[in-house]
Amino acid sequence: MKIRHTTGSGQDKIELQMTPMIDIVFQLLIFFIMTFKIVSMEGDFNIKMPQASPSTVQTIEPDFPPMSLYLSADQDGVISGIRLNNDPLPSFPDVNRRIIELVGGQAPGAEGEDTAEMELEFDFNLRYEYVIGAITAVSGYKDGQGNVIKLVEKIRFATPDGPGPVVNE
Amino acid sequence: MRLTKKKQTEVAQGDLTPMIDMTFQLIAFFMVLINFTQSEQDQRVQLPDSSLAKPAELPLDHPVIIHLAEDGEAIYSGLKIPIGGLGPYLQKEIRALEFSGDGVEAATIVIRAHRFCQAGRVQELIEECQEVGFENFALRAEENIETAKYLTQPN
Repeated sequence: MKIRHTTGSGQDKIELQMTPMIDIVFQLLIFFIMTFKIVSMEGDFNIKMPQASPSTVQTIEPDFPPMSLYLSADQDGVISGIRLNNDPLPSFPDVNRRIIELVGGQAPGAEGEDTAEMELEFDFNLRYEYVIGAITAVSGYKDGQGNVIKLVEKIRFATPDGPGPVVNE
Repeated sequence: MRLTKKKQTEVAQGDLTPMIDMTFQLIAFFMVLINFTQSEQDQRVQLPDSSLAKPAELPLDHPVIIHLAEDGEAIYSGLKIPIGGLGPYLQKEIRALEFSGDGVEAATIVIRAHRFCQAGRVQELIEECQEVGFENFALRAEENIETAKYLTQPN
């Protein structure tokens, strides 16, 4: 460090070398700007699916008989029909409303939400985004304040079929 | 530029303090926002979105991330593998789990499937994982505020 001799009044300041610090600081800044990437948040839909064995027979809850949702697809994988308990519905919001009627999830602690179960079945070539759309419609909804109110938490997939459209039975 | 008549040399100095303040604030901002979770992601996969997909409050204990590309092939550890060929890799995961003292029940298969992927392929992937013993699955979706796009009437 350069020490200067005081002259006269003795008002000299100690001068720090700012240049190296600013160099490094700008380099850091550029590094963080370049590596910055806006990533949308991701969330999971949890499904528990142990491998089916002959001994594990599904016990039917008396209050909430298992519901089934069937999604059919056209040749391009676009959804062509929704059936909830064999009842055709036009859209996912309708499915959501029907589930609310069936399960009665008006409050976060509504009775029965633990026992409601949904079996989801779909055509092989259906686009996956519709499956997520269906799971969204079935598993809950958002109230006015943005709180998620859960409806059906147990969702399982029906036994998969091979490629090709499933024959409606 | 010398304006004074003094003999001693004076260096014209700007005040650097506000600039350094701002720069440090910017660095702090970017440092806080940087996330290193991008390693989970794969550019080949574009997730479907859902209004209910919220980031988990607690991280999963033993996540096993498997991507599913649009063509229906699985991507595991950056390798593109047909779904049927995942078995040996999953067995390796199970061995690693057993070695760490946890069973296969502790693990969760995180499925990051492409939005246009055939849903049957996802089921195939789940079946493949079930065969080696995995039973917890998480279907990953992107958080979306408005789901009007997916809640439209089917054609």
